[in-house]
Amino acid sequence: MQLSREELLRAYRQMKVIREFEERLHIDIQTGEIAGFTHLYCGQEAVAVGVCEHLSTEDKIVSTHRGHGHCLAKGCDVNGMMAEIWGSRDGLCKGKGGSMHIADVDKGMLGANGIVGAGAPIAVGAGIAAKIDAKGHVAIAFSGDGACNQGTTFEAMNMAVVTKAACIFVFENNHYSEHTGFEYAVGTQKDIASRAEAFGMKVWRGDGTDFFSVFETMREVLDYVRVPGNGPAAVEFDTERFFGHFEGDPQRYRGPGELDRIRETRDCIKKFRASVTGAGLLTDADIDAVDADVMEAIETAVAKAKAAPRPTPEDVLEDVYISY
Amino acid sequence: MARMMYREAVLSTIAEEMERDPNVVVLGEDVVGGNGTAGGPEAIGGIWSTSAGLYGKFGGDRVIDTPISESAIVGAAAGLALSGKRPVAELMFADFIGVSLDQIWNQIAKFRYMFGGKTKCPAVIRMAWGAGYNAAAQHSQAAHQILTGMPGLKVVMPSTPADVKGLLRTAIRDDDPVIFLEHKALYGVKGEVPDDKDFMIPFGHARLSRAGNDVTIVSTGLLLGFCEAVADKLAAEGIGCDVIDLRTTSPIDEEAILDSVEVTGRLVVVDEAPPRCSLANDICAMVAEKAFASLKAPPLGVNPPHTPVPFARELETAYLPSIPKIEAAVRKVLSYR
Ligand SMILES: Cc1ncc(C[n+]2csc(CCOP(=O)(O)OP(=O)(O)O)c2C)c(N)n1
Ligand SMILES: [Mg+2]
Repeated sequence: MQLSREELLRAYRQMKVIREFEERLHIDIQTGEIAGFTHLYCGQEAVAVGVCEHLSTEDKIVSTHRGHGHCLAKGCDVNGMMAEIWGSRDGLCKGKGGSMHIADVDKGMLGANGIVGAGAPIAVGAGIAAKIDAKGHVAIAFSGDGACNQGTTFEAMNMAVVTKAACIFVFENNHYSEHTGFEYAVGTQKDIASRAEAFGMKVWRGDGTDFFSVFETMREVLDYVRVPGNGPAAVEFDTERFFGHFEGDPQRYRGPGELDRIRETRDCIKKFRASVTGAGLLTDADIDAVDADVMEAIETAVAKAKAAPRPTPEDVLEDVYISY
Repeated sequence: MARMMYREAVLSTIAEEMERDPNVVVLGEDVVGGNGTAGGPEAIGGIWSTSAGLYGKFGGDRVIDTPISESAIVGAAAGLALSGKRPVAELMFADFIGVSLDQIWNQIAKFRYMFGGKTKCPAVIRMAWGAGYNAAAQHSQAAHQILTGMPGLKVVMPSTPADVKGLLRTAIRDDDPVIFLEHKALYGVKGEVPDDKDFMIPFGHARLSRAGNDVTIVSTGLLLGFCEAVADKLAAEGIGCDVIDLRTTSPIDEEAILDSVEVTGRLVVVDEAPPRCSLANDICAMVAEKAFASLKAPPLGVNPPHTPVPFARELETAYLPSIPKIEAAVRKVLSYR
């Protein structure tokens, strides 16, 4: 189904916001001003955006340690997110959560998560709630190829099938869990979707470096899961992470020229531009205008984050129901 | 004596014990790293570099990279231990005991007793713990307060490279399950370490790191250094502090604490876990029970507040016990009557 000009521009902008948000963090982290562990989503933008462009705020997502892309795609405020990562009081979580714990439940974003494999069971609960409410809403668990080996993920898949939860397991296979290869850590099948299939779910597969592949695949998946009584489904997207596992990773596991090659041939943003300009749907000028707009938005977000008030020692005891 | 970092003491002790005993095996996530990648194995050698080079030396049968499956890591350690091996399992972060708690609490901790004393379970579960890195609520926690409360586990918390060496060797040679808690802010700290390949420190023997007659300070881990700094500052004013490094929280060296309090009459326990049901409360209660007559002031705990560990620098700093907070507590017990 053909997307309108507005829809195309919006999807592109969403991907570009994630890309520039991450590229900028990659630079700013090197100054030492940003504290903590940061895992960048760069390279996987087509997955977050191709999934979330189908969702309303009533649909829920549960994310991972590599959560910035999911949060932005689901509608979390760019300024609030940047401020959170900078640890400021204006952050989405008042500086208490940081990069790994960004959440905005009102937007249907039930949290990034520092515990690998913790998200899928939470999505099952949200999917059961969606089933009970019977309004066609869904809950989505984003999981990596590493998280798919966690027992919690297996339990969640089986329980979703048993309870017919309106739940979708989106597996982002970027071929690595930290420094270990997918080929080593995922036994037998070398494939994640077939595991979900074995639990009794309908499964799909798509190219996670191609927005249109993700978007069209998700249309089918969602058409299926939004039908009351159908229960859960799973989808595996093959994708790439452009940076290290965390900022500071020496990436000794990469092959020679691997990063240049994936940036050259597997970049969802480049592919999107080539595809829409090639088909005459948008012009280079259209896309350049979005790029300029996004750069400005990121610049503003950083400026605001830096200027925002810092948390105070008294804030430690806020948001707890009792303190000793 | 050799000068080495805390993390090097971990690595060299494991290597020496693997050399000595073919039953010692290592398992955990990315303890090799690079398996199944173009770069090939040994990409990382553990995210804390505490297993670097082991795969090359001892091979994949004894240095096992696992998928992200903490429950199965600890469970496999249990099975290995019941099958004649001496597993040294790594949980990257102590916070991940949450994922593997059944295997720790209901399995390895209980075998010896539950099976009527007929079995050994020589498993070591190592994990990096503690705050100070702005790693936020799920990568900064203390776990000793939970694990010390579990019958059947030995819980070790080294504060120096030499103690890592002596205590880890004891842990690996011990026939019971041992939780070995490595403070992540100490990995880069250097110290003198004995060369003797049989150097061992028995469990339940605290170390007196500063001596004085006016107040007893008990701690371990990162905060021990803070306590020493306070003791050194007060020494210049003529106030003497006994600083006791617990080394192990189970078994605990009650005698060392009681002997000291009998002289000083004043106790401060500095603990990185929140106050309720904490090591600090445990020790204060023990001293109140067993040395009440010696006390000149109520025993005092210094803990973070009863909250998760916050992310932002300012918040984490405010959360953690600090040198000024410890000093204030010491002055408070000194000024009581
Ligand atoms: C329970 C748990 N175990 C281990 C870790 C450490 N860790 C963080 S991310 C990660 C790899 C996750 O791989 P994958 O699921 O493929 O996600 P990706 O990093 O590729 O996005 C690991 C092992 C963790 N945070 N939580
Ligand atoms: Mg991955």
